[in-house]
Amino acid sequence: MNFGLNDEQQEIKSTAKQFLESRFKPDVVRELAEEGRYDDALWQEICDLGWPGIAIAEENGGQGLGMVELAILCEELGYACAPIPFLSNAAAGLMIEAAGDEKQRARWLPGIASGEARGAAAMERGKEAVIVPDAEGAAVLVLPAAEGGVLVEPSEAELERLDLLDTTRGYYRVSASGGDPLGSGHEGAQRAMVALAAELTGLAQRALDMSVAYAKEREQFDRPIGAYQAVSHALARMLYDVEEARSLTYYAAWAADAEPDSLPLAAAMAKARASEAAWDVTKAAIQAHGGIGFTWEHDLHFLLKRARADGQMFGTASEHRERIAGMVGMA
Amino acid sequence: MDLTLTSDEQAFRDEVRTWLEDNHPGAGPEGDDSVRFEFQRDWQRKMHADGWAGVAWPKEYGGRGASLLEQTIFYSEMAAAKVPRPANILGLVMGGPVVMAHGDESQKERFLEPILSAEEIWCQGFSEPESGSDLASLKTRATKVDGGWSVTGQKVWTTLAHISKWCMLVARTDADVPKHKGLTYFICDMEQEGVEVRPLLQITGEAEFNEVFFNEAFVPDENVIGGVGNGWMVAITTLMNERAGLGASAAVGISNDLDALVEMINQRGLGSDPMLRQRIAKLKMGSEALRLGALRSLSSQIKTGIPGPEGSVLKWQWGSINQELTELATDALGSEGLESEQEWTYKMLRSRANSIEGGTTEVLKNIIAERVLGLPKLR
Repeated sequence: MNFGLNDEQQEIKSTAKQFLESRFKPDVVRELAEEGRYDDALWQEICDLGWPGIAIAEENGGQGLGMVELAILCEELGYACAPIPFLSNAAAGLMIEAAGDEKQRARWLPGIASGEARGAAAMERGKEAVIVPDAEGAAVLVLPAAEGGVLVEPSEAELERLDLLDTTRGYYRVSASGGDPLGSGHEGAQRAMVALAAELTGLAQRALDMSVAYAKEREQFDRPIGAYQAVSHALARMLYDVEEARSLTYYAAWAADAEPDSLPLAAAMAKARASEAAWDVTKAAIQAHGGIGFTWEHDLHFLLKRARADGQMFGTASEHRERIAGMVGMA
Repeated sequence: MDLTLTSDEQAFRDEVRTWLEDNHPGAGPEGDDSVRFEFQRDWQRKMHADGWAGVAWPKEYGGRGASLLEQTIFYSEMAAAKVPRPANILGLVMGGPVVMAHGDESQKERFLEPILSAEEIWCQGFSEPESGSDLASLKTRATKVDGGWSVTGQKVWTTLAHISKWCMLVARTDADVPKHKGLTYFICDMEQEGVEVRPLLQITGEAEFNEVFFNEAFVPDENVIGGVGNGWMVAITTLMNERAGLGASAAVGISNDLDALVEMINQRGLGSDPMLRQRIAKLKMGSEALRLGALRSLSSQIKTGIPGPEGSVLKWQWGSINQELTELATDALGSEGLESEQEWTYKMLRSRANSIEGGTTEVLKNIIAERVLGLPKLR
């Protein structure tokens, strides 16, 4: 039993952290978020690193690593608050790999794995016109259907760019009919929930780190504000939330590949807890920063807004809690 | 990352399971404390006879020398099988480890075996009426006399004091040096005239704890542990020993209670209540986060020798989940939750201590802020 990253996973984590820190400096994130766009050269670099295909099987053009490795990347991408069409593509890959037939997998997964022909997955299930992050520029859209999902090519769909709170990502309202149906089952969506939970954990960790740094440096009444228990105890609570989210997220990531029977409950717990934690922690981070945290010029609001959007994707915390109650036997 | 047990670990778990199945003492007698205590003492004797009482103790001191992970497996299986606690719990998890770490050879010879066999019960004399979280400010005084020390003062929250042979006692031996430096760690004989134990009635109406009054109680020189003036350092070791391996078993206990709670709610036909469902789901997540956090912390401790940051929140998590769980149970019971005889009501009242005993949540937050997050101290 070892509930820690192995050496290879640790290496993926530190390489990703280093890379993202150098590429997505706060002013780069701000510029992209304010202009509502992505940097194609940065996406190309990420594709060259093989990240989009990290969890896709080798026979489908991916690296054949697992959910834990994907979760590591998602956590670091969340930490960097990177504007990049990574997550929606990864979710599309997970759903096609879990429920696509051989032909669908052969047609779409290599492009998703290389990042050259991206996929994009709807963030909500069972709605008529659905919101799809990064729909524009994608080669294939995974949309919800009565049973499982359908694959739709963007040329067969109507796309409307939405003006949402979170501008670190492009969101589109998509209307389409018909499409190529995927098989049934929820495994793909559950895996996507774990990827989202990892991103949320990263967002929360970043908000905590920024708050700790600020609380050490900001002085009021002749002391750093972090010396006051009203502030330091709030930061301790943030750590509590971040660590709970991380424990549940990596457990679910591990279960996805190693103990699939545990995945439905584990994924719901991870998504619910990480959604709640990222929202609570980013809110608390703004409070800990005082007035400066409320300004547009401070970067915290990008984290807060992305936490809000991520919280909405693939089921809200309260929707998942309702399902968890059923899974633990509430009649 | 791999949460499955290796074949060796599985073999150890199976050995524990089989032993527990063959030797489970049952739920034990209800009611009278002394009857209950004898039952727990018999249980510890049985554990000791088969080499399980000192599961975490090194072999040279009569223990099993189990690894950290094996200890965790052992405690978790104990909790899952719902066996009683061994009678001499404080001796096993605190007293023994302190003697092994800081005691001399003759002290080890004298004290360790009777701890394992439950022949001599131990209690802990740290907290005082005026020294709770600020332990180092304690006022109980030990004055040098011929052949030993004379102790006068008062201790409080002393679990098991009324049946203990020995007290792990921290007292002030030098009032002229800074407060952390003037303390000494003693093993004080409770069976003497200068020691008076009075039960302390708590909000549940029972007396798990005691007040202990020392009035010129005598402690011989050979019962000083770790040297005069080193009491703070020795005491800290005791506190560190308190939690190793216990996080995962605490999670098993919570999980057992959560199952019972879901069953009770269903029996009352309340299983579809949306508010209760949300709260149950939160408890399930909390319970799992506690179990998994304990395993993460353990893995980090095995690999690097240091528990990760997730380890610092375990006790806080446990207390808060247990309080929410028992409160939810009494909410679901409605007016029946007001009845004193109701087991859930007892648990709800008892849980109020969970955020105080063994370090208040406020002190835990200070420790996290200062040692994990690196924030400046106010003092």
